[in-house]
Amino acid sequence: MPFPRKLVLPLAQHIGKPSLPLVAVGEEVARGQLIARCDGPVSAPIHAPADGVIEAITPRPNTRGAWTDAIVLRVYEASTQEVRCSLPQDVDSMDQAQLITAIQQIGMVGLGGAAFPSHAKLNVPADKQVHTLIVNGCECEPYLTCDYKLMREWPVELLAGIRIALRASGATRAIIGVEDNKLDAMAAIRPHLPADGSITLQAVATKYPQGAEKMLIKSLLGLDVPNGGLPSQLGLVVHNVGTLALLGRLLPLGQGLIERVVTLAGPGIKKPGDYWIPFGTTLRSILDWAGDPECKEREVILGGPMMGQAASTLDIPVSKGTSGILVFDKRMLEPITKQSWACIHCSECVNACPMGLNPSQLGMLSAKLEFDEMAEHYHLGDCFECGCCSYVCPSHIPLVQQFRAAKAFLRERKPT
Amino acid sequence: MQLRASPHLHSGRDVPTLMRHVVYALLPVCAFSIWQYGLSSLALIVTVTLSCLAAERISNKMSGTVNTLSDWSATITGVLLALTLPPAFPLWMGAVAGFAAVWLGKSLFGGLGHNPFNPALVGRAFVQAAFPTAITTWAPAFTPQRFVEFIPSSLTLPLMQPNDITTWVSANMVDGFTGATPLARWKFEHFVYPVQDMITGAASASTGETSALLLLVCGLYLIARKFMDWRIPVAVVGSALLLALAFRLFGGDEYPPAHLVLLSGGLMLGALFMATDMATSPVSPRAIWAYGAIIGTVTILIRYFGGLTEGVMYAILFGNALAPLLDKYLQPKVFGARKK
Repeated sequence: MPFPRKLVLPLAQHIGKPSLPLVAVGEEVARGQLIARCDGPVSAPIHAPADGVIEAITPRPNTRGAWTDAIVLRVYEASTQEVRCSLPQDVDSMDQAQLITAIQQIGMVGLGGAAFPSHAKLNVPADKQVHTLIVNGCECEPYLTCDYKLMREWPVELLAGIRIALRASGATRAIIGVEDNKLDAMAAIRPHLPADGSITLQAVATKYPQGAEKMLIKSLLGLDVPNGGLPSQLGLVVHNVGTLALLGRLLPLGQGLIERVVTLAGPGIKKPGDYWIPFGTTLRSILDWAGDPECKEREVILGGPMMGQAASTLDIPVSKGTSGILVFDKRMLEPITKQSWACIHCSECVNACPMGLNPSQLGMLSAKLEFDEMAEHYHLGDCFECGCCSYVCPSHIPLVQQFRAAKAFLRERKPT
Repeated sequence: MQLRASPHLHSGRDVPTLMRHVVYALLPVCAFSIWQYGLSSLALIVTVTLSCLAAERISNKMSGTVNTLSDWSATITGVLLALTLPPAFPLWMGAVAGFAAVWLGKSLFGGLGHNPFNPALVGRAFVQAAFPTAITTWAPAFTPQRFVEFIPSSLTLPLMQPNDITTWVSANMVDGFTGATPLARWKFEHFVYPVQDMITGAASASTGETSALLLLVCGLYLIARKFMDWRIPVAVVGSALLLALAFRLFGGDEYPPAHLVLLSGGLMLGALFMATDMATSPVSPRAIWAYGAIIGTVTILIRYFGGLTEGVMYAILFGNALAPLLDKYLQPKVFGARKK
């Protein structure tokens, strides 16, 4: 896919504080150059994804659709794939603190979707200890294949990334969890595993939401992460294969994170597949190139079909957390009719909920606006919005949406 | 551009589909009863179902809500209710039962999903109280003239007492017909009905409960298509069977043999098609098992120690009443729940 004419780089592509721009309007930048630095420990820098000139630093729609400050980069037509700024470094000689700093400097964030700065996750507090690194090789959602592609094509980089993450976090072993329908990915990784058994590969059932952190830990180790808690309470840290493969590739080269693998799929895409897409590429330029112009009535989804957000405008750019772009056509929009029925207590949602909640009861309570009851007696806080309950509901009740609203209400009310 | 909240995919199932398949599964049961009892059975099923649909439509109009006939739930109520009534039940009483089922059992509470009790059983309970004689008057199956003439009581004029069918029964000269159900004959005579009669439908019983085997096959269809929760019938039948075996083992011949308990009366129809009514059964796994076990147990207790010969209807209504409480106190096990 060719470079678009313009790249829009939101300063907040990650969880945490937005980056601070280091460039001025009119300044020329080279592919790979640092253009925004991190602000505080939970933040990540941004590097220029292409050669060009800074056109503006102004509010633009970010991945969530809100207008936030972004660097607009006009790409030179002669811009090439060559990364002009790199700082090769000897990773093997670095100690734990140096590794953490180096990981932050390349702007690495979790590529599974949450975009949490990787160094912050690997930086284990002094009073805690992590013994095992869980490598998440399960695709987050149906349709997405970006992790699968990296596992097949970049196993060497993946293993290098795992070793770096092991050293940075102080863990002694790593388990790669891969869904059991991805045999070729497992075959690609297996020859590179070390003989001492410190890094192992384990197949898990192919199902949604297997890629959710807590579900994967349950499948691999049979452990429940306590509710309201983090995997680190069990001495675990979880990283996505995409993150680690890019870490293994970029850290020794000292190059910034400037592009990622994005899955393009759905009936409204003419050229589906996994593409390396530079950050800042807008949906419009992607769909102009890969989309189906015949597909008029469409829904563009950022991420997967179960948890992804529908894009409100094509000016939204691909950012560090964008794992996929799905375009659904009219035919796929129809099955969810506008009609819904009362809850008939069929118990499908209870059977589907991976967290063992009672979405049926939660839904009825939220219809009565009894948000406190939902949180106190029906564990609303444990819902991670996987969408399984809404997917199976024969009454077509927008359960997840109701839970989001309830959580937002409780969150906003909290300070008072 | 379309905007929707996630998830953007859906299984494609909806309420009318679920309900429609329950109706499909009941059709063979209806066909079998029509083959057994002829015109009377056909007319009863049609009358009760139409009265349920009419009641539903009238309450739609009165409450100003959308037309809910298309969700098929009133159809299920009608067909199920007809199957629990005796084949010779006067048609006008059947219509009363249909209106009582939908109005008292469902519309009053706000329609589908909001009703605490199974509407079909509410309808049956209503006519059991209103017409105690008619609802225990059983007609013989397989009479030679069944496809050309009605059982006389079927055509009773509205608001009239049913025509006496004893002369009609003797005129048809059905051998060995006593007009008592297998459960009644056990209770009052300690007579053990032959198993094959209870499987092939030769025993006197309600319109749709005569063939345990056919009911089981139809229920299995729904379970296989995942339109029915298998745990409920397993819990109901399992608990009833265990109790029956225990009573027989420790109580001796005073209590009926287990197969009589399983194959007679409404146990199969109730366990497979009534107790599994989604709106009135619990949703949490442990609550579902408890609900089924309570229904099975109460059925046996009523049958053995109560004045009635049959206990399934009240057992299920009792289970329905407990369902919300069971859901409240037996919530699902939350992932990662901390031990207190």
